Amino acid sequence: MAGGTQNPLSHASSPPASPVPGPKPAETLPPERPLIEMDRLWVGFEGLWVLRDIHLQVPRGQTLAILGESGCGKTVLLKTLIGLVRPSRGKVYFDGLDLTRLGEKELTRLRRRIGFVFQQAALFDSMSVYENVAFPLRQHTDKPEEEIRDIVLARLAEVGLSPKVLTKYPAELSGGMRKRVGLARALVLEPEVILYDEPTTGLDPIMSDVINELILQTRQCHPVTSIVVTHDMRTAQKTADRVVMLYPLARLGPRETQILYDGPPDQMEKSSDPRVRDFVRGEATQRLLEIRTGQTEE
Amino acid sequence: MAGSVPNGLTRPEVEAGWLAAVGLYLANQITALGALVVRAVTELGSFVLFCLRTGRWLMFRLPPWETLMPNFYQIGVRSLLVVGLTGTFTGMVIAVQSYAQFRMLNLETRLGAVINLALVRELGPVLAATMLAGRVGSAMAAQLGTMRITEQIDALAALGTNPIHYLVVPRFWACVVLIPMLTLVADFMGILGGAFYSIYLLGIDYHHYLQNSREFVTLFDLWVGVSKSFFFGAAIALIACHRGFHCGPGAEGVGRAATSAFVACFVTILLLDLVLGIILKGIEVALWPEGPRIL
Repeated sequence: MAGGTQNPLSHASSPPASPVPGPKPAETLPPERPLIEMDRLWVGFEGLWVLRDIHLQVPRGQTLAILGESGCGKTVLLKTLIGLVRPSRGKVYFDGLDLTRLGEKELTRLRRRIGFVFQQAALFDSMSVYENVAFPLRQHTDKPEEEIRDIVLARLAEVGLSPKVLTKYPAELSGGMRKRVGLARALVLEPEVILYDEPTTGLDPIMSDVINELILQTRQCHPVTSIVVTHDMRTAQKTADRVVMLYPLARLGPRETQILYDGPPDQMEKSSDPRVRDFVRGEATQRLLEIRTGQTEE
Repeated sequence: MAGSVPNGLTRPEVEAGWLAAVGLYLANQITALGALVVRAVTELGSFVLFCLRTGRWLMFRLPPWETLMPNFYQIGVRSLLVVGLTGTFTGMVIAVQSYAQFRMLNLETRLGAVINLALVRELGPVLAATMLAGRVGSAMAAQLGTMRITEQIDALAALGTNPIHYLVVPRFWACVVLIPMLTLVADFMGILGGAFYSIYLLGIDYHHYLQNSREFVTLFDLWVGVSKSFFFGAAIALIACHRGFHCGPGAEGVGRAATSAFVACFVTILLLDLVLGIILKGIEVALWPEGPRIL
């Protein structure tokens, strides 16, 4: 169960309980609306539920890490946030707009406010690095080519890539370079939100740390809200203000909530839920128990 | 015991077991058939939705020039040789197959009319479209399928670009514009191939051959063939792109998308050929009730 579900939002949005008379209700500033909100979200494919009754709010400026084992629906959750996956039930709000009610054109326009860094970078393999990073600018702006070139070079420099890579194709790049080009491409339209899908998966520890630093640096340089989907505890602890841990539905009871933990990263280890503590420590105690007793979906 | 069988069961028990087995088998077959029907209806619904979405983008916005040109080059220029060869050999083969019968009737100079009519109305459009379904359709399905499984299509959408507008619409225009042109190339090369084989290798008098060829092939015949190829082009583009967009995971998924795109295109071309043939024949009969005369 949700051990240690200290939701920073619930504190942030509620007025302080003080005996001192405060300002009149008319003068009170309304609590800021969360930038992203998922309300009773259910997502399923071919009769199998992947996400069940998810309720989550992400305020502007926060870096949220979504943790969980493989197959728990982290990436599906991320893709639902930009309308790449349509929820079966429930609502997804972005800046007050209900994504489930938007048409194709409105959704396409809205996505320009969101940057998405894919797990395998998803660079267009028929285009060079320059063309990949310049692609959103060419598609959605009327900027002259010289200005586009300057922006591309600046974004690549931000992620630590030299102009030498401009003419290279994705197949000629290493995994780390591909991810950095993917980040540069996601940043090029200066989005309000950046979604990272497993940013450090498949990278060596040094390159993983480089990517973690880039996530932090991006947040310092640009006023963005970030959601990082990962199963790397180090990434979550280093980059996030808040952590949400999901659990695979196939191994949950019908009345259990899919969000096992929602709170600050440094409190995870103190969670009352052994599954959360196991995940933090990288121990398979509960999982092995489930496998031995046959309580497994495999 | 009366009515008992060697394993200790009575005959009614054995018969009941046998009936239960048959019932179970039939129930399984009906379930499998039902699943097949559901899958077919789902697939058809998905294809119709895909066509409607493509149609909406086709009506409202032209794709940028830089996405059109590479597709025009890939589909048009790079198919010229194979389509030309297909047409040439088809023309020659009709000459080889028909010569003996026409010779027996002393009508070998009319061979040109048969070759040209068959090519222009039927074989040119169908064989060119079939060849292009293999060359272009499979390649499009494989390319888009690879983009699907490597999340490049999702990346396009995430970057605020509509994948249908960016990927499907240019391919659709390229197929609809260039497949009729390639059909004309196939027709032309087939007529040349047939004439070459008939005149130079079979020794038919070239003057009468050309005279009869001119006399019996009309502009309407050419229009019939070219108008069919517009529909073939649209079918190839839509089917191949749909298969690519709905590709299964992994290398197997891409392979299956490419193969199924070709098979579906081929069957659709034959079906469309029949339907359009009936409609166009109706138009022809309405316009010229006496009909053309070959023999």
